[in-house]
Amino acid sequence: MALRTQSHEMGMHTEKLSGRTQQRFFSPSEEENFTYPGAYDVDFNKRAEFDADKLSTSEINLKIRDLMKQGYGTIVMRNPGAKHAIAVGILNKLNLQIEGSLGYFGCGLVDGPNIHIKGRVGWSCAENMLAGTVVIEKNAGSTFGAAIRGGDLVCKGDVGARMGIDQKGGTIIVGGRCGAFCGFMMQRGRMVVLGDAGKNLGDSMYDGTIYVGGKIAGLGVDAVPGEMNDLDCQWMEAKLKLYGMKAPNGVKNMTKIVAGKQLWNYDNLEPSEKKLIL
Amino acid sequence: MCGIAGLIHRGTTGDIGTEMTAMLQSLKHRGPDSTGFALYGSPKGNTLIMRFKVAEQEDMKHGFKINDQVIERRAEVDKRLKELGATIVQAENATDYAFRYTLDFGGDKKKLANYIEDIEGAEILSLGYGLELIKDLGDAADVSGAYSLKGFKGSHALGHTRMATESDVDIRSAHPYWAYPFADVSVVHNGQLTNYWTGRRGLERRGHRFMSNCDSELIAVYLADKMQQGADLKDAMTDSIEELDGVFTYLVATADSLGMAKDVMAAKPMVLYESDDFIGLASEEVAIRSVFPHEIDTFDPYEGEVRVWKR
Repeated sequence: MALRTQSHEMGMHTEKLSGRTQQRFFSPSEEENFTYPGAYDVDFNKRAEFDADKLSTSEINLKIRDLMKQGYGTIVMRNPGAKHAIAVGILNKLNLQIEGSLGYFGCGLVDGPNIHIKGRVGWSCAENMLAGTVVIEKNAGSTFGAAIRGGDLVCKGDVGARMGIDQKGGTIIVGGRCGAFCGFMMQRGRMVVLGDAGKNLGDSMYDGTIYVGGKIAGLGVDAVPGEMNDLDCQWMEAKLKLYGMKAPNGVKNMTKIVAGKQLWNYDNLEPSEKKLIL
Repeated sequence: MCGIAGLIHRGTTGDIGTEMTAMLQSLKHRGPDSTGFALYGSPKGNTLIMRFKVAEQEDMKHGFKINDQVIERRAEVDKRLKELGATIVQAENATDYAFRYTLDFGGDKKKLANYIEDIEGAEILSLGYGLELIKDLGDAADVSGAYSLKGFKGSHALGHTRMATESDVDIRSAHPYWAYPFADVSVVHNGQLTNYWTGRRGLERRGHRFMSNCDSELIAVYLADKMQQGADLKDAMTDSIEELDGVFTYLVATADSLGMAKDVMAAKPMVLYESDDFIGLASEEVAIRSVFPHEIDTFDPYEGEVRVWKR
């Protein structure tokens, strides 16, 4: 109470708060707390096509939303023109086919749709993806699948640096090679790279598994080789088959990388004890 | 943030003025402060092209005497060129404060540059046989329009849209940078060098001059110094990956080549389109698509990568 009074005196509570989140909090009795606003009930048999050539990013995303609102469950987008932030925040099941390439931040924060991109994607594709599948036929830029939490993110070509940085779940699959610092601070989930991997792979990873089919330029701090077992192989074979992909030298010959868990954050010391050591 | 772009036509020429304008305009959101072009036309024998300014765009809005000063400074440039034995073949006003001269000059370019830049407000933007460097405040459409760049025929070009971070918003701090005193060498850069002052002091001790406090200028002067010592372009760029510290992606052009280099962290973007007759590079694919609207295959060069293409 004393602290609250003090903070009032310091002028920290003088602003007038408004808006739903400031007035009400989660209640299990409210139905809206269990559904996403902007998630639509769609029919996969209802198909729509549109040309994105002359549309802005906002117009494209609003067009997708409008079609979903009308119940279209299969949408084909032509000529996206490498524009940024396309197909973001889709929170329901949807078959979205993109005939062309996306710029930066495409398909971010999606939760459920199956997205097939026939071209290439720029930086940060499917950032914070929660569920669903995003499949890219060509190459992808850096920070591919950053902080992904679930779903399958697949690039059949090459991927840039820092793929799956802060990955918290889901699966990332790369048909070609990937750049440096991939899997940096990875926390959960799986990453499969069929080609070569750049330096500092899995640097400071907390958990999760990385499989590499080609050469690894260098492992990051606390990233160590793990032992491939039958479960790894079965899982990988099944997963790759889903996307028509194959490990060039067979999944058994892939290298498995896991967290060594020797970093300071894994010890059991109290802060005062750490001070003594440091 | 900044946006950079480069293009090269292999074995042919194109309307690089229009192409680079389109590429840079599509990168406007990466930096609206200033825009610059390094355009490589066809050299005409030993005729030198000198692009220079005698005032900043901002200067023209202030003071009663600036118009008279511009006239005086330009007259002084003409006088000093004559003193050094340069013949002005053609003199054109690009704007009220920026000019394009074609010169007949076989003397020491460094001496010429130093003597001209000794005049208050004067800065040589480029000196070369094919290179013409144009930069000013505003977006690509503004600068291209003011300097009539559409229809400029040439083989290759660099461009830059600037988001000023560590130095002023003026022409002096705008990119590209000419690699003084080398004819026909220019650089654009996206990123930040953390050993700028160490590198600058070392190069100044070796007799090089800096016109701005912009870290990107260091790359131009660094490469010029390396080439002065006999390194070829690719070797100089490869050395820069180790010797320049920080996060950077830069493009460099010479009379007949275009090169790109990316730091070991790959922290700054670059998308590359490569075909038999055209190379296009840009911070974002959307810039390349302003020249090629149809579906093309592009990719990101990797960390520590250096590439050079000949026209």
